[in-house]
Amino acid sequence: PVSAAHLLRLHERFDFLDKDGRGHLRPEDFEEIRELTENPIGGRIIAAFFPPEKERLDFPSFVRILAHFRPIGKNRSRDRAQPEQANSRTGKLKFAFELYDQDRDGKISREELLQVLRAMLGLQVTEEQLRSIAERAVQEADIDGDGAISFDEFKKVKKKEPQGLKPAEKTNFCHVWFLRSHWRKWTWSTR
Amino acid sequence: MDLSSRRGVDLFVIFCVFLSLLYGSRAEVPSRPTASVTILPPIKPDNGPQPYPEEEKSNLPVFTMNYSRIQIPFEITLWMLLASFAKIGFHVYPKITFWVPESCLLVSIGLIVGGIMYSVHEKPPAVLTSNVFFLYMLPPIVLDSGYFMPTRPFFENVGTVLWFAVVGTLWNSIGIGMSLFAICQIEAFGVQDINLQENLLFATIISAVDPVAVLSVFEDVSVNEQLYIVVFGECLFNDAVTVVLYSMFSFVTEMPVVEPVDVFLGVARFLVVGLGGMGFGVLFGFVAAFTTRFTSKVREIEPLFIFMYSYLAYLVAELFAISSIMAIVCCALTMKYYVEENVSQRSCTTIRHVVKMLGAISETLIFFFLGVVTITTEHEWNWGYILFTLLFAFIWRGLGILVLTQIINPFRTIPFNTKDQFGMAYGGLRGAISFALAFTLPDNIGRKHLFVTATIVIILFTVFLQGISIRPLIEFINVRRTNRKTDTINIEIHTRLMEHTMAGIEDLCGQWSHYYWKDKFMKFNNRILRRILLRDNRAESSIVALYKKLELQNAIEILDTASGDISAAPSIISLQEEKKNSTKPKKKFLAADLKNMHDILSKNMYKIRERTVSYTSKHALPNDNQRREILIRRHSSIRRSLRPGSFQTRQIVPKSQKYFSLPPGESLNSRFPPTRQSSADAQETMSEVAYPGRRSRFGNRSSSGAMMPLHRLGTLKEVSSVDFLNESERGSTGRGSQSRPQSLRHHLSADDNNGLVDEMRIRQVEEEEEEEERPQASQPPAWAAEPRDETPQNPLLRRPQWNEKK
Repeated sequence: PVSAAHLLRLHERFDFLDKDGRGHLRPEDFEEIRELTENPIGGRIIAAFFPPEKERLDFPSFVRILAHFRPIGKNRSRDRAQPEQANSRTGKLKFAFELYDQDRDGKISREELLQVLRAMLGLQVTEEQLRSIAERAVQEADIDGDGAISFDEFKKVKKKEPQGLKPAEKTNFCHVWFLRSHWRKWTWSTR
Repeated sequence: MDLSSRRGVDLFVIFCVFLSLLYGSRAEVPSRPTASVTILPPIKPDNGPQPYPEEEKSNLPVFTMNYSRIQIPFEITLWMLLASFAKIGFHVYPKITFWVPESCLLVSIGLIVGGIMYSVHEKPPAVLTSNVFFLYMLPPIVLDSGYFMPTRPFFENVGTVLWFAVVGTLWNSIGIGMSLFAICQIEAFGVQDINLQENLLFATIISAVDPVAVLSVFEDVSVNEQLYIVVFGECLFNDAVTVVLYSMFSFVTEMPVVEPVDVFLGVARFLVVGLGGMGFGVLFGFVAAFTTRFTSKVREIEPLFIFMYSYLAYLVAELFAISSIMAIVCCALTMKYYVEENVSQRSCTTIRHVVKMLGAISETLIFFFLGVVTITTEHEWNWGYILFTLLFAFIWRGLGILVLTQIINPFRTIPFNTKDQFGMAYGGLRGAISFALAFTLPDNIGRKHLFVTATIVIILFTVFLQGISIRPLIEFINVRRTNRKTDTINIEIHTRLMEHTMAGIEDLCGQWSHYYWKDKFMKFNNRILRRILLRDNRAESSIVALYKKLELQNAIEILDTASGDISAAPSIISLQEEKKNSTKPKKKFLAADLKNMHDILSKNMYKIRERTVSYTSKHALPNDNQRREILIRRHSSIRRSLRPGSFQTRQIVPKSQKYFSLPPGESLNSRFPPTRQSSADAQETMSEVAYPGRRSRFGNRSSSGAMMPLHRLGTLKEVSSVDFLNESERGSTGRGSQSRPQSLRHHLSADDNNGLVDEMRIRQVEEEEEEEERPQASQPPAWAAEPRDETPQNPLLRRPQWNEKK
């Protein structure tokens, strides 16, 4: 459950993004955000909000998707009872999975992984290297040998991570000091 | 770039001459032996009874030397060179500069040089008077800081900044002053003669956090943007408080009694100083912006206006004894936005480079002289007083930050946590401003030398100890990352993906406050200000122009580099091979391969968008290579996916798709007033003409280098078609880039000569294309018609049949 204050703020933001006052958002509105376009995977993030067949994003959907980023609730038992909850670990992983799997076929193929890699890596990396990296990644995760990573395999990979580093649940690491603590309320659980 | 750097050098020389002229006009010339050696034989005076000597034959002097004439500029130049060499020298060992901020190194070199001078019994050049400091050395640094200040985060935090600047400085000054006064009462220290007012005055001097020192330290330690903005803003704006308190207390020390009226007057004066400073700055900023509206014919001197107006703002503020730092900062802030739209690309680059250069030079000199003067001034040492000063400065700053943060946190959308607070408290370095203020202390204060000594000690302490230790401390309290080598490739990729996602979502949600005012201001801006201050005021099309320039720039660069990488890398052919590869047996990956992969990943992955880094790097202009790369990549992938035979199922559609976005001759209609007619300089004309003629060509050509620029020029239109097919790049980058704000424009380092040539080339090719494509344009009218009707307002933002993707 999102608090009222958060909802209010989200609504303000929604209204702000919705420049023409249509009451719903379209992909172009997201592209007006400068930083998002500079983000290597900005396109995918935007796409995550707009599943195929949908070009309009109304406020409830907006909130629903953002709810993925709430910290995993302290009452784990409750979360487990509702596996569909957006901010459960599974929910977050599903969101991440869909960032890779753009054609929504339930698998991350090598090409999709390659695309992600290409988006995230600089130009100095040759195609050969990219392909071998993608190959390796698929090899590591692929259990049933179909050359693609399914959601279950994806989950398993994330489970195998060493203790301090769980991307699905990690907040702000890296060289930036700390993202705003406000985001800690919203981002994927605290350390 | 040559031209602009030459101009930069010209400006610099002018500035030097200016400086030296003014320097020379004052009567403070150091006592140096003025050597004036000539080979002319001396002519004996005619002294009456002395026999008039025979006239000696005077030869033409072949070699004369007149030192006194050039003395002053010469010395200045030498000092500058010396300091700059020191700067070069530091980078011989990158390890040093990593751990020790440059300011410390400069101060140490200054100390050494000062030591040498002292032992030779030379006095330091009189350039170190506080007058010179405040009038010549400080403005460039502040201009540099103000000009490159990230405005958006600044305005989002303006309340916090002002809160810390005003209340924080007050708190510090009064706290330190009071406690020092209490210490003075203790007989053991022998400083009983310092009364309360003097203590308060001294406290004011040392409580001012210094922008120069802070920036030079924070640049090396990439910090949280919020933190950076708050500390930075605090430095700049506490000048107002410092000025007021300083003048108030120094006035008061001459008075025997303090009355409540004086306190009230102090508050009033503070308002005058603060608001006056801002007002003057904004006024001059607007005037500068207005002036640049008319400078289209005199492009060569455009940068001059920027500097002159900001300097004028500074001087006028000094004239009225109001906060000059605030004036110049506000001037730069106001000016930047409008000026950079009005001036040409070259002037823009020149301005930025010269601002950076002047700032760097001033900063170098300041720290350098700090070291020199430390040795050569008279000191008075008093253990107790000085040590307690240090202690109190620390304590009060920490306390102040703590208390103030508690009060303001509820008002912030992003409250400061303990680590932020520690950073702020620890990052409060004192620097040269305190030093200069100490020198301007009125001489009737008995213990002036003690104060000077104490100030120097504090400055050195904060700059050295805090400056050096801040990086390890920050890293210590930070979350540590686990060793990457043990992660699988998958995890590494995923980690980075998540980081990017987080950054993206963050940006998506943005800052949630202040939008009301921002919107209002933007409306006001668009309606009134822009019309007055900008030469061509086309509300949205400036973004288009910017985008086109960006595209052009990228295009040119691609042509220049002529690297096969970009064109070859995301080629469709490799993708098709990829599919075949999937059936091949799995490759075995050796450990060495794995290590390579990890290395590749860690070195080459795009960094997360860090808004602070590019701004805090004082000695570099904002670097946008990464952004540009990302833009290039997205374009190329868009192009790629449009190729027939891409892994989407549609193959026929591309050919027709690409056309519906192009209304021949109507490209930038409705929302974008015809940009073709008006254009300030030739470049824009060219690109604008080329632009509408742009058609995307797919399938006919392979991904050759020549393709790239053409493609990118027209991306705005292609995008509509592209997105249709491009599943993985659904976020149509063209559009996104289109809305890139003007600030990016500055990042284009325009190699204009090349640009013109390339543009000609591009134009020619495009014209060919145009002819070819026209007959085909009529092909799929159905396609063309639909999307256009859908969104009549934004032809360029058309998103046709989104749902047909699947």
